[in-house]
Amino acid sequence: MTDVEETTATLPLARKCPFSPPPEYETLREESPISRVGLPSGQTAWALTRLEDIREMLSSPHFSSDRRNPSFPLLVARPVRSEDDSFRPSLIGMDPPEHSQARRDVVGEFTVKRMKALQPRIQQIVDEHIDALLAGPKPADLVQALSLPVPSLVICELLGVPYADHDFFQSCSSRMLNREVSPEERQTAFEGLRNYLDDLVTKKEANATEDDLLGRQILKQRESGEADHGELVGLAFLLLIAGHETTANMISLGTVTLLENPDQLAKIKADPDKTLAAIEELLRVFTIAESATSRFATADVEIGGTLIRAGEGVIGLSNAGNHDPAGFENPDTFDIERGARHHVAFGFGVHQCLGQNLARLELQIVFDTLFRRVPGIRIAVPVDELPFKHDSTIYGLHALPVTW
Amino acid sequence: MKIIADTGKCVGAGQCVLTDPDLFDQNEDDGTVLLLNAEPEGEEAEENARTAVHICPGQALSLA
Ligand code: SF4
Repeated sequence: MTDVEETTATLPLARKCPFSPPPEYETLREESPISRVGLPSGQTAWALTRLEDIREMLSSPHFSSDRRNPSFPLLVARPVRSEDDSFRPSLIGMDPPEHSQARRDVVGEFTVKRMKALQPRIQQIVDEHIDALLAGPKPADLVQALSLPVPSLVICELLGVPYADHDFFQSCSSRMLNREVSPEERQTAFEGLRNYLDDLVTKKEANATEDDLLGRQILKQRESGEADHGELVGLAFLLLIAGHETTANMISLGTVTLLENPDQLAKIKADPDKTLAAIEELLRVFTIAESATSRFATADVEIGGTLIRAGEGVIGLSNAGNHDPAGFENPDTFDIERGARHHVAFGFGVHQCLGQNLARLELQIVFDTLFRRVPGIRIAVPVDELPFKHDSTIYGLHALPVTW
Repeated sequence: MKIIADTGKCVGAGQCVLTDPDLFDQNEDDGTVLLLNAEPEGEEAEENARTAVHICPGQALSLA
C-alpha cells in the first residue's frame, strides 16, 4: 500500500460555499486527476475527479461494491458491522452476477411506467401537505412540512412500511448518515432499524399480499422457491433509507436554489416542461451522495492512464466529475437549460440508482405544485445562516425556514 | 441508423425511455429495455438515439 505521505488530501473535503463542491476538487482535477488520498478509516484510496474516468471506473467489471470487504474505502471512522449474518447488505453492496439477479427481481417495480402510475397519489400527498403548510403558522420549516414527509410517505406506501413509525426510522437513518456520531451510536441506530424491518418482514411473510412491494417480493420468492428472509430485510432497509433521505434533501436544496435564481424559476413557471431539465441541473450541481461511487479494484486495471492495483480502493468523486469543465461548460453556473442528463449524481454502471425515476417524479410534482400554490414563498432567514448538512454522508439541509 | 440493445447489459434504469418514449420502452417484469423502433428516422429521433446511447448507464445501447 502507498505511504500516507504520498497522499494529496484527506477525504471527505468540506464544501466552502454551500452551492459548490469543495474548492480542492478543481486543484486535484487540474494537478492530479487520479490521486492518492487519505480516509478517516485510516485507509488510503484513489480519488477520481474527471467525469470520464469516473464513468469508466463505474462501468468496468473490475471494481467491487462489497462494503464488507476490508479493501472497500470508507469515509466514516469505522464500518458498520453486523454481528448477525442473516442481514445481507442489499444491491449497493453486491457484485454481479448476484447483483444482476437481485436487481432484476425488483427493477420492474421502478420502471418509468410504474412511476407514472404513482403520479396522482403523489400529487395528492403533496397537495395535502401544502394545504397544511398554508393553514399553519409563518414562518414554517419546509423540511418538516414538505421535504421529508412527502418522499417518506411515498416510499412507505410503496414498500408497505407503516408511516406511523416514521419518527423512529427517520431518527435511525439520520444518525447512521451523520459523520459526527460515534461508531457505537451508528451501530445502535443500524441495529434498531434492522430489527424493526426484520420484524416487519416476518409479519408480512405471514400474510403477504400483492398490495405492496415487500408483499410482492415475498410472493415472487415463493413462486421461484427461493425464499430469502435476509435478502428482503436488506432490500427494505436500503429502499427505506435511500427513498426518503436523498429526495428530501433535493427538495430543500432545490427550493433554495430556485428561489435564489429567480430568472430560472420564472422559466419553469412559464413552462412546466422545463422542470425536468431544472431537476437534472439541480442533481448535477449538488450531487448529494457522492461517496456512493466508492469501489475497490478486483484486478490490476488502468483508468485514465493510471494503473490501479487489485485491492486498492477508489472513490469516484461524482461531485467533482459533475463539475468537470470537460463535461459541463462553466460547471459552476446553475443553468437549467444546459442539458445535464449525462451527470453522474445517480452514479453510472450497473449500480445506477434504482429509484431515480421516482425521485425525478417527486421533485417535479413538488416544485411545480409548491411554486404554483405558494407563489410568494421566500426564505425566512439569510441564506448563509441556513443549516446545511456539512456533517452528513448525504448533503442537504437540516431545516429550511420559509414564509410567504 | 440502427439501434442495437443488449438486454444482458441493461440495468433497467429507464434513462432511454425518458429520452424518447417513442423509441424505447421497458419490460414490465424485469425493467429491461424494449426497442419500439430500432431504426429512428429524422434529425430529432436520431439525436435522441445518440443521447440515449451516451447516457445509458449499462452501456447496453449502441448504434450501427
Ligand atoms: S438506459 Fe440503458 S440500462 Fe437503462 S433501461 Fe435503457 S437500455 Fe437499459
